[in-house]
Amino acid sequence: MSMTSEFTNISRVSWHRRGFFAGQTAYMTLAFVIICVLAATFSGNFVTTGNLLNISRNFSYIALMSLGMTVVIVTGGIDLSVGSVCALVAVCTMIAMRAVSNSSLAAIPYATVVVPVVAGLLLAAAIGAVNGFFIARLDLSPFVTTLGMLSICRGLTYVITQGRGQAPTGPGVQAFFAATNGTIAGLPVPVVYVLVAAVVLGIALHHTVWGRHLFAVGGSEPAAMRTGVRVSRVKIGAYVLCSLSAGATGILLAGWLGSAPANLASGYELRVIAASVIGGANLAGGIGGPVGAVIGAALIEVIRNSLVLGRVDAYWQDALIGSIIILAVLVDKLRGLQAK
Amino acid sequence: MESPTGMPGHMLLSLRGIAKSFGAVRALDGVDLDIGPAEVLGLMGDNGAGKSTLTKIVAGNFPPTEGQIALGGTAMVFDRPAAARDAGIEVMYQDLAIAENLTASANIFLGREMTRSFGPLRFLDHSGMNKRSAELFRELKSETRSDDLVKQMSGGQRQAVAIARTRLAKAKLVLMDEPTAAISVRQVAEVLDLIRRLRDGGTAVMLISHRMPDVFTVCDRIAVLRRGRKVADKPVTATSPEEITGLITGAIETG
Ligand SMILES: Nc1ncnc2c1ncn2[C@@H]1O[C@H](COP(=O)(O)OP(=O)(O)OP(=O)(O)O)[C@@H](O)[C@H]1O
Ligand SMILES: [Mg+2]
Repeated sequence: MSMTSEFTNISRVSWHRRGFFAGQTAYMTLAFVIICVLAATFSGNFVTTGNLLNISRNFSYIALMSLGMTVVIVTGGIDLSVGSVCALVAVCTMIAMRAVSNSSLAAIPYATVVVPVVAGLLLAAAIGAVNGFFIARLDLSPFVTTLGMLSICRGLTYVITQGRGQAPTGPGVQAFFAATNGTIAGLPVPVVYVLVAAVVLGIALHHTVWGRHLFAVGGSEPAAMRTGVRVSRVKIGAYVLCSLSAGATGILLAGWLGSAPANLASGYELRVIAASVIGGANLAGGIGGPVGAVIGAALIEVIRNSLVLGRVDAYWQDALIGSIIILAVLVDKLRGLQAK
Repeated sequence: MESPTGMPGHMLLSLRGIAKSFGAVRALDGVDLDIGPAEVLGLMGDNGAGKSTLTKIVAGNFPPTEGQIALGGTAMVFDRPAAARDAGIEVMYQDLAIAENLTASANIFLGREMTRSFGPLRFLDHSGMNKRSAELFRELKSETRSDDLVKQMSGGQRQAVAIARTRLAKAKLVLMDEPTAAISVRQVAEVLDLIRRLRDGGTAVMLISHRMPDVFTVCDRIAVLRRGRKVADKPVTATSPEEITGLITGAIETG
């Protein structure tokens, strides 16, 4: 006889109220499937290879940033600077590319791609570390700190470029385009990066001490602190990761567009946060995951695409996405009330 | 028996001249206190007397403004919670220090997770932690499942999680700040039972409580704080609830 069967006052929670099925992520996955079916039914152009590849590419940029954002949201924070970080890192990477191409390093194979990209990612990590330092060590509000950083990074981008777009240049430019805008097994590379990043993040969140501590910090910071979790380190790491995902996205966008304009990704922060929240990340902290981030980003892109195919005025997109954000948290709230 | 530090070596924990100021507020002032191995000490006092402040100092949450701490006669500096934990001191906080979004077993192992290596990578050992947690709950005779979220648990089950955490650590001393403040009568009996079980297993307990019956049922000795000073420290057999009440309120100056 099993241990628990001696107790009469506790019974196993039924499967649809547990784990993945109980969360907002499951509802949004369902919504995603329904919208895809509707789009496929009403528009002959939805299920064409070209359109599906198009959707998957467009979605991957927001999805990659949402993965990073989800990590920050799980700690109970927010990062408004991601769009600007995207632009600053993209622009600086392009400038570094030109500088390296004109230096003696250009003789080393692939150095004109690897060195600027690594430099760009280090810049992204440094910006994240600054955000994290102010938030975790000096206890400033994440909202205000990253709002400031949004302005700083966008401002610097314009100062550095004088508003002119920066294009990838040099002997490694073909390799750069292949790495940022090519295909692997028929899939656009950004999609592959997103899927790999999502799987790695999923494992890290649920199967490592780091992930456990991230959730603990978001669930109850005092509890985490008192049980010896290094709260500041966990938080700073989250902002570094979020910034890195934004920086990497900026570099990918530069490869896709063939140039990094100074206004690159402006306003993306709202779409990224929307994707994370629609996917089930809770701004109060402690809840969220990569599946949600990816589903949220996919949902937004499929809606955008359907509206385009349906020749609906593009400005309806924002209104519709806004409504879905509110609907998503509303459904979650009602479900919570029902459970009590 | 005096050790080189001048602290009694047969005592588990010795505090000497502990003072703590928060700006102009003198929360503690010249507190001396000893706890022997496997002794249950009741710490009583009115609201704001300094009880929680004293536990936080012993737990390494913040340093005292003045005074020394010794463990088994050896001087210690608890500059962070991990230092106190490593020395065998566990805390059960008033709010239990539990993350509701995690499972019971995740909470028990928080900060000391069991891991398994795959090459250079280390992953959480979920089944190992769940199994050990289930064992701890069985020892505590608690109807709590390791892989349930704490969010869905009753007050008593949350207590069990917090207590299981101290059992896991094989603590020498457990500090309990009002563990019986917000739970039902039946659960109070469970917690008191548990304190006895901890003591019988060789663990000392410092119990902070406003509930006179709890302290008199389970404690070996009672210390009273008033406005940051220790005004009494005596075996339960040598005092009465009336005297302790007088000491807490100040109707009796010292005991
Ligand atoms: N972090 C802090 N900053 C400033 N003052 C504090 C702080 N912590 C405690 N105090 C003050 O120190 C004094 C002692 O507080 P403490 O919490 O130790 O009392 P207590 O005996 O635990 O009371 P209670 O029975 O209400 O829990 C009080 O005057 C309190 O206001
Ligand atoms: Mg208190």
